[in-house]
Amino acid sequence: MAPDLNPLQKEPDEPPDVASGLPPDDGAGKPESELVAQAKAGSSEAFEELVNRYERRIFRLAMRLTGNTEDAEDVLQETFLKAFEHLPDFRQDSRFYTWLVRIAVNEGLMKLRKRRSDRSEPLEDAVDDDGQVIPRDFRDWKPNPEQLTSQEEMERILLGAAAQLPPSLRTVFMLRDVEELSTEETAQALNLTLGAVKARLFRARFQLREELSKTFNRE
Amino acid sequence: MTCKEAFKQISAYLDGDLTEELKNILNEHICKCAHCKVVYDTTVKTVELYCDGKLFPMPQTISNRLHTALRRKFQDRRAV
Ligand SMILES: [Zn+2]
Repeated sequence: MAPDLNPLQKEPDEPPDVASGLPPDDGAGKPESELVAQAKAGSSEAFEELVNRYERRIFRLAMRLTGNTEDAEDVLQETFLKAFEHLPDFRQDSRFYTWLVRIAVNEGLMKLRKRRSDRSEPLEDAVDDDGQVIPRDFRDWKPNPEQLTSQEEMERILLGAAAQLPPSLRTVFMLRDVEELSTEETAQALNLTLGAVKARLFRARFQLREELSKTFNRE
Repeated sequence: MTCKEAFKQISAYLDGDLTEELKNILNEHICKCAHCKVVYDTTVKTVELYCDGKLFPMPQTISNRLHTALRRKFQDRRAV
């Protein structure tokens, strides 16, 4: 960490695209609140523009949660179809994207639950929310592992490691660290307390680190 | 600070939850402790790897099928 502590280069608990008001995927276009208002008033064009804005992010999230393209596509479709159906219920007291994420996570978890019966998905772990995860692998990593592997290989490695986490930890990690939802937004999306989000995040980060160390260590 | 405490603080630190004082104590520990330095560096790296926005690009065919499904839904809505 020396000489300067420099954590993930982001403002803690500050949603990334709120301050700028810019959509994350393409810089142009109307403000989100305007599109949402028009979509709520019945404009399918406005809704489709919202879809264009967020489909790539929701797909990536779905891939990271479910680990395969087929399930991710189902999650993507269900998310936007349900969002369209339930748009009248969206009260604009959160970001539209956060609302979408909440739907996507529920769809993703349903997929994982269904899958558990026929494939070997890790079970919800029995450890309570301040259960300790102690790092065991202290080997340093090769520098810049992302430059040593192809993108496909990296995707395979990351999904493989994520698949080792119970869904309850995986979702917290993906929302908080990857989607950069705030602790509060993550807690709201998953119906957890702030303390539970932090405790699960702690375990998820260290478990993923431990898994990836098997691949990326220097030895 | 023990290593076990340091592990806990590393995660809190990534959340931006540490006071200046604790940050300094953690930093001091990490400068002296090779194990905790590795844990810190590789935890940060773990998050970075998952955050890479180039990963998992959505295939165009999947986008096309999504928009087809949506338009069908829009039409159903109009037909009501
Ligand atoms: Zn230590």
